[in-house]
Amino acid sequence: MWQELRAELHPRGLEIVTVALDARGAPAARPWIEKAQPEHPSLIDERHALAALGVVNVPTGIWIDEAGTIVRPPETAYPRRPSFKDQPIPADATPQQRERIEIVKALTVDGEAYVAALRDWVAHGAASRYALASDEVVRRSRPRPVTEATAAAHFALGQQLSAMGESDLATEHFKQAQRLHPTSWTYRRDAWAIAGADYASIYGTTWLDDVKREGVERYYPRLEL
Amino acid sequence: MIFRSARVSAAELARETGWELKPEGLCRDERCVPFAVASADAVELADVSRALGMPLAIEPRAGLWALGPEAGGTALATATLPDIELPDLDGRPFRISSLRGTKVLLVAWASW
Repeated sequence: MWQELRAELHPRGLEIVTVALDARGAPAARPWIEKAQPEHPSLIDERHALAALGVVNVPTGIWIDEAGTIVRPPETAYPRRPSFKDQPIPADATPQQRERIEIVKALTVDGEAYVAALRDWVAHGAASRYALASDEVVRRSRPRPVTEATAAAHFALGQQLSAMGESDLATEHFKQAQRLHPTSWTYRRDAWAIAGADYASIYGTTWLDDVKREGVERYYPRLEL
Repeated sequence: MIFRSARVSAAELARETGWELKPEGLCRDERCVPFAVASADAVELADVSRALGMPLAIEPRAGLWALGPEAGGTALATATLPDIELPDLDGRPFRISSLRGTKVLLVAWASW
């Protein structure tokens, strides 16, 4: 997804590092990475280490300057207008399919504006209006109340239990994590992926149900460039 | 951060959390938090959890303990990127800090 932009901006001083937040690890991410053949570092984050920085959904971008200082905290990052924004609704679509496509098209994604801001930063560095001062980066980063910190501990237990083959216990802790950190889509979606095809009956909900109930702007908050 | 007992060695705590048990308390980088210990070699996770504000979740049916990140404040306490090391597909570790001197766009994605 990022190779084209990387080819354009790497000669100008930007490196892209992609990180797969996949509790199922390298085997789950491998097919995508091998197909993309990225020239940039492509890493695996089995334990959701990036959640500690405030990553709650994907794709999420974080800008880091030459000195290792974050100049934009986690925010939705698409390298272009995603094709799902323009997908046609087939004439023979069922009402359910139609509803899903309509929701996906309504997701608040502004890839063009994001990439324009990124290009501006690559060209102008700290002088770019999109490179935020450190206090603004901290201010914009997500609060971490005790509920969300506790959710991280339950998610870790869920992963460990899942790896031990204790699916039912794992599900209990994944549900706890989701309940305690209701704005984390990564905790929901990765747990659903682990549950597999039966996830809707195990978790009593679906992606579509959740996005419909909570609204598209809770899924991808509007960019505040 | 997963543990298999309620009481862990100071070495294991340091390995998993970066917090070291010193005479002045639990220390990481420049910061020390007062911590009273009965033994210099081992700590109760419940005490660590209270001292550092890191929530403890327990699964007694499988003998597992997990510490969450420090609660309170914001996800980013400062704008300095913490030291993050993650493996690539072949398990080779990569440190984001190895890219100092270059601008970096870190992108989280997932297969799901």
